[in-house]
Amino acid sequence: MSEVIDPPETDYQRVQRSQEFQDLRSRFRRFVFPMTGLFFAWYLIYVLLAAYAHDFMSTRVTGNITVGLLFGLGQFVSTFAITMIYAAWANRRQDAVADKLRRHIELGEVR
Amino acid sequence: MSVQTAAAPTTQIGEPAVNIAIFAAFVLVTLVIVFRASRNNRTAADYYAAGRSFTGPQNGTAIAGDYLSAASFLGITGAIAVNGYDGFLYSIGFLVAWLVALLLVAELLRNTGKFTMADVLSFRLKQRPVRMAAALATLAVVFFYLLAQMAGAGGLVALLLGIEGVAGQSIVIAVVGALMILYVLIGGMKGTTWVQIIKAVLLIAGAAVMTAWVLTLYGFNLSDLLQGAVDMGGDGGAALIEPGKQYGISALTRLDFLSLALALVLGTAGLPHVLMRFYTVPTAKEARRSVVWAIWLIGVFYLFTLVLGYGAGALVGPDVIKAAPGGVNSAAPLLAFELGGPLLLGFISAVAFATILAVVAGLTITAAASFAHDIYASVIKHGEVNPDGEVRVARITVLAIGILAIAGGIFANGQNIAFLVALAFAVAASANLPTILYSLFWKRFNTSGALWSMYGGLISCVVLIAFSPVVSGKVDPVTGASLSMIKDTSIDFAFIPLSNPGIISIPLAFLLGIVGTLLGKEEANPEKFAEMEVRSLTGAGSEKAVVH
Repeated sequence: MSEVIDPPETDYQRVQRSQEFQDLRSRFRRFVFPMTGLFFAWYLIYVLLAAYAHDFMSTRVTGNITVGLLFGLGQFVSTFAITMIYAAWANRRQDAVADKLRRHIELGEVR
Repeated sequence: MSVQTAAAPTTQIGEPAVNIAIFAAFVLVTLVIVFRASRNNRTAADYYAAGRSFTGPQNGTAIAGDYLSAASFLGITGAIAVNGYDGFLYSIGFLVAWLVALLLVAELLRNTGKFTMADVLSFRLKQRPVRMAAALATLAVVFFYLLAQMAGAGGLVALLLGIEGVAGQSIVIAVVGALMILYVLIGGMKGTTWVQIIKAVLLIAGAAVMTAWVLTLYGFNLSDLLQGAVDMGGDGGAALIEPGKQYGISALTRLDFLSLALALVLGTAGLPHVLMRFYTVPTAKEARRSVVWAIWLIGVFYLFTLVLGYGAGALVGPDVIKAAPGGVNSAAPLLAFELGGPLLLGFISAVAFATILAVVAGLTITAAASFAHDIYASVIKHGEVNPDGEVRVARITVLAIGILAIAGGIFANGQNIAFLVALAFAVAASANLPTILYSLFWKRFNTSGALWSMYGGLISCVVLIAFSPVVSGKVDPVTGASLSMIKDTSIDFAFIPLSNPGIISIPLAFLLGIVGTLLGKEEANPEKFAEMEVRSLTGAGSEKAVVH
């Protein structure tokens, strides 16, 4: 935290400008924003149907298993699936790049 | 003894001695672990963040232990047993909400912050006002959450120990509170984490046994189990497997349902005690692993509660549950007794007590960290305080909060716990989440935006709750008894008809964040923004694990 007189640009800013970081950032956003939109919309569909489409949700599929129950269980399936997809994606695509940039900054190797 | 309970099922079930013995064993084992864990509690990073030395799976289990509160276990089981399908919403909302934490918050927060939520929020904004707002929001969420947990403790005591009198119940609540203070005071975050891990394992194992037991009785046929619940439900039985039994009465109750749904799904990633758990792991990658573990454990547990809820409905029956001391919250213990007699009941109720203890401990250390680290060290002392002094203040805060929790628990008896927790979620989703997301993802976001959003969300939420039927004026149409916190039915200042404020306060807080930012005249700080963005995504310069 030493005071530098009028630094033109910090290491963080240099990294922020770098193509590698910009790619990391846009890959991240391109993945998590649509994914968030997806699960949120899917959740809203379930909630709205449960609130306003009682007859549809009460339809018996087999025995006492209703459409509503299947929709509810579907939320569990989608949550587990998105969790595993994200974790696998982040491990494969992001971690190595993030680690490399982190080492650059912490070892003071930024151009 | 079983003859006696059969004759008087509403007074008390099970063997209080067995319940107490199993609970005492849990306390003893965890205390030993807490004492051992506390030997390395030297620095602030040790006390608040357990030296950042837990692994992802350990922390994930602890998160499950922290998150699966009495609300999840007692409240949801009861809600499904009595209200059927509408109770299922809690499980789904509480689970799906974790995706917000996984995708948008957990890793970025771990990389950017140090001990508290406010570390992240104030990172590139004006430290003192933002920290103050974030700390106040933290304390408000913790207060509502604590109230819910302690209300659960009161109901459990009534049911399991046969203590009906207010004085007797208060003593037991005080004992639970005192134990919690001991854990947090000595064990810090490390001790608290171990209590949560042990409790999570016991709770999930206990729920798994009961679920398997219920399913075995119905030949592993879910449809038959539902039929059992329908049959026990009497006239309105068929409605149990259809939506709308609780929330389908009018357009207003449907809106309340939407409001609850919104608060549940957006609340989790704004809960300060959940956010603080991400600091107990060494890296963002471990934070991610924590959430993956937590989602699986929590998800599987909520699938269990579906079976347990309908199982309680089918085997105990909604009428017996509602008539039992502790009301709706007694569904799970009553089911345990029905299945495995006093021994299983003893185990399950000890686990339920342990649940309350562990969650309250987690909440308390969060509130203490927030007060000592954000308000005392940063706002009052301008950051010029040594870490030892800060931890000492945190410990004193623990005492104060413990006493407050005991008093609150005595006050809030009888409300459905899941419902009270939903209010805490509404405050978290309104006061915290917008600012967390804006500060992580929106470059232009500034101090005035943060203050507008946090105070606007917090105040609107609290005001809406204060003038809602939760606090006054809700009367049972059949019995004429009050269903609100204020039991005097002549007092009615509930001019806001919604029980959950989320649908108004959450969009409002998001909006205020934008309006405040656009009206603010603060100059942008590109250096700080660059540091925050690069740190959040790469982990450069993030807090490292403590090496002893």
